Order: sequence, then C-alpha cells, then structure tokens
Amino acid sequence: MLKKLRILTVTQHALMLAYRAEIYLWVLAHVMPFLMMGVWVTASRSGAGGAGGGGGMAFALTPVDYARYFVCVFIVRQFSTVWMIHEFEWHIVEGRLSYFLLRPMNPLWNYVTAHLGEQLARFPFFIMVLAFFFILYPQARWMPSASAILLGFFTIYVAFALRFALQYCFAMLTFWFERASAIEQLSFLPYVFLSGLLAPLADFPEPARRIAELTPFPYVLSFPAQILMGQITASSPQLYQGFAVIAAWFAGLCLVGQFLWRRGLRRYSGQGA
Amino acid sequence: MGIFPRRILRIMSAFWFTSLAAEMEYRVNFLVAAINSLGQLAGTLFTLNILYRKGYHFAGWSWHEALLVVGLFTLLDGMASTLLSPNLSRIVQHVQNGTLDFILLKPLDPQFQLSTRNMSPWGFPNVVFALVLLVYAGMQVPLPAAAYALGIIPMILSGIILYTLWFAVATTTIWFTKVWNATEVLRSFLEAGKYPMSAYPVAYQFFFTFILPVAFLTTVPAEVMRGQHSAAFILIEAAVALTLFVVTRCFWKFALRSYTSASS
Repeated sequence: MLKKLRILTVTQHALMLAYRAEIYLWVLAHVMPFLMMGVWVTASRSGAGGAGGGGGMAFALTPVDYARYFVCVFIVRQFSTVWMIHEFEWHIVEGRLSYFLLRPMNPLWNYVTAHLGEQLARFPFFIMVLAFFFILYPQARWMPSASAILLGFFTIYVAFALRFALQYCFAMLTFWFERASAIEQLSFLPYVFLSGLLAPLADFPEPARRIAELTPFPYVLSFPAQILMGQITASSPQLYQGFAVIAAWFAGLCLVGQFLWRRGLRRYSGQGA
Repeated sequence: MGIFPRRILRIMSAFWFTSLAAEMEYRVNFLVAAINSLGQLAGTLFTLNILYRKGYHFAGWSWHEALLVVGLFTLLDGMASTLLSPNLSRIVQHVQNGTLDFILLKPLDPQFQLSTRNMSPWGFPNVVFALVLLVYAGMQVPLPAAAYALGIIPMILSGIILYTLWFAVATTTIWFTKVWNATEVLRSFLEAGKYPMSAYPVAYQFFFTFILPVAFLTTVPAEVMRGQHSAAFILIEAAVALTLFVVTRCFWKFALRSYTSASS
C-alpha cells in the first residue's frame, strides 16, 4: 500500500510540474497572511492597547511576534490547502470517477496523492517566497527549534488530514447535488474568520475565542502555526487538548464521509457504473 | 465608443437581459451568494472590531469612518462580481477555445463586447449590504447628504480603475492562455482595500499606491466623502483612471496583434 501511494505521489508530482506556472500563482494568491501581518504589526507598534494606556485590551503579541505568527500562518496554509472537491465534482459530472473505481484501491487515495504531489511541485517556489520575505524583513528572522519544526510539520499534516476529511464529506454531496462546491464555499466563511487567519485567537474577545475553539477551524491553522513559532511546545497542555479535539472531529468526519460515500456510490450513474 | 450612444445602450440592455435570464436558472446559487456576502461582511466587521476594541484605531480613521471604507470595498466587490468577473473570466475561455474569432468578426468594438457581454446577479446582495452599511456609517460620522453626491464621482473612477486592472490581467491570456489564477492573485491583493491605507506599514502603502493602485479604490473615495482635500483627490484619481484606461486600451490593441486564432 505504501509503495502504491509513493508511486502515485511521484506520478502526480510529475503531472503537476506541467502546470508549474499556475501552481506558483496559487502560492502568490495566498497573500492574505502578509496583508494582515501589515495591519497587526502597525497596530501593535502604535502603542495603543491596555499597557499603552488606550483603555482596551492589550495586544497579545509583540510586533515581531505578529510578523512571525503570520509567516507561520502562511506556511501552514501552503501545506494544508485542500481542493479535492473541485476535482471530485468534475470527475462525477464527466463520469471520470468510473476509471478510478476500476482501480484496486479506494479513489480517495488518488485525491490524497494529488494534493501531496502538488505540494511537492510548489515547494521550490514556496521556499523562494519565504526567503524573499526574510530578506525584506530581517527582524522577523528566527530559528525555530528542531522539535518545533518536527512537531509543527507533523501537526500541519494532521491539520491537512482534518481539512481533507471535512471537504471529503462536502464532496460526497456531489452525488446528490451537482454543485456541492457552492455549499462547501459556505464552510469557507467560518474557516476564514475563526481559524486565526485574520487575527491571532489570543486577540479574540473571550466569548468569541471560546466558541471558535469548539469548531475545528482554529486547529487547522492557528494551532499548527503556534506550534511552529514555538508558542505551544511539547510540554504545554494546550498541545494535548488540541490533538484530542482534532482526533474527535476527525473520527466523526471519517464516519460521516464513509457513510456518504457508500450511500452516494449507489446513486452514481456515470458511464460504466 | 461614444459615437453611437443609443446603439450602445440598446446592445448593452440586450446583453444584460439575456444573461440575467440565463442566470435565473440557478436561483439556489443566488441564495448561497447572499448568505456568503452577509457572512463575509459580518466577519470583516468582527475582525475590525477586534482591533478597535483595543483602543487602537487606524491613524486618522474613527470606527465609523473605517466602516465607510469597508462599505465602499463591499460595494466595489459587488459591482465586480456582477459586471467584471463574469465577463473577464470568459476571455480566458474564448482564447482557449478559439471562440475569440467570433467576437473579433462582429462589427462592434471587441473590448466593449468582451467587457459588457455578461452580467450576473450574484453581486447584488453585496451591493445592497454595502449601501446599508454606507448609509449607517455616514449617519454616524456624521456626513452631510452632499458627501454622497460628491462620493459618486470617485466611486465611478474607482470602478474604472478596477476594471482596467482586471482587463489588463485578462488580456495577458492572449500570450499565456491559462491566467485564471492570475486574476485570483489580483483578487487577493485587492483585499487590501478593505482597510484604509493608514492601516498598513509605509512600504505597503507605497506598493498599494504606486505599483498596484488599491489606495485609489476605497481609501481615496472615502477621503473625498469625508471632505478632506476632495478636489485634489478627485483630480488625482481622475488622472490615474484615465491613464490606466488609455494604457490598458493600448495594451489590448497590442496583444491582439499577437493573437493567432484557432484557424490561422
């Protein structure tokens, strides 16, 4: 099985290399963390907020830490973006799913390896963007500890699995509605606003943060980012709490996804099925 | 293109009527779009509120004035999804499928045809919410009614600037064929217009003024509405809009020369 997955990933990577320019543009399209970095660094430099005497809550991080946080957010997004629903929709509408059903493995793996191959293809460009940023903004440079990198990347892939499972469930709706991606788009809203993409969760008002932490969204973005920047380490209780929440969501979504896949497949009527 | 204004108007109304009729097939999508834009707006206000409740404010912008910028951004966003994106995304298809030939053959300016052929009602919810927000924020600032009348001029100019940016990116399709992602890149950079320029560090402000003129899309019209150096701002913005329009036009003409159609 592992060998099959490796071969699939390598072929998908070769396939993706043909669309290098497009993939590089995708990297650039994820400029949001850098915009928000600008906003938060400017804000925290202004001296407003509790300590500075503005009367409101203090800023949770220092300007440099805001910069690092948003760089980490950028990194996490590069490795946890999921787009399988669009491909799946296309495969269902055009009846291409039939070919994948003929293979002696769940078509799911085809999509997983496509994502891994795409991440490999964008990696060189991603490193260039990152290097460019650190040249422009040398104060934000820091060397994360080896454990932060290891644990961080492990968590990024856990986050990737969770996002994949979530989108997989939405993708299965394609068996019933042809435009399931329109429904999935709605789940993008809480993702954008609750994941920590626009503001670190520590800056949220207390009740909003509590609510956000019950949803899976902070765990797919701000959680791995905080691990990568060393805010959450192996000794912090938040780490285990986070993994527990992720595991619970992941298990639930897998059950739902599998159920929908079985049910949906019976309805599938593409050519050859 | 102002030589036959009446003919132009007739063609445009025919274009828009047919595309509206076509889009009405997808009424559920309209509902999704409405929920989506309401959610977007709520989320943006929530994020802005996180900053402002700390006692911080973008230099020179009170809470309600910042809302004005959000409102203008939402308005432009709605206009873009109604008028721009359904047309400009199709340029890519035309070049890929070689159907651009049909457009070039018609006795009507191709840039005009490509830019006005379609319209989709998906941006309407954004426009409505934006107007509500603009009126509310304007009453709180408070702005006189004349400010809105004055604000219409720079808003039209912003619309022109936005159009030229999209059209210039879409024009590059003629050489690169697959530039759908390039318009996504443009879109993600335009998001910067949600906040007034003073929210960003100086380097960003420089970039968004001189390289990618996002500053002129929302911040400048809001400044005009607030009555700060209105005349000067309008003049500068008009100059920017006119320059960009002429440059884009020449760029398009130039690109057409390198177009090798499907059959030639």
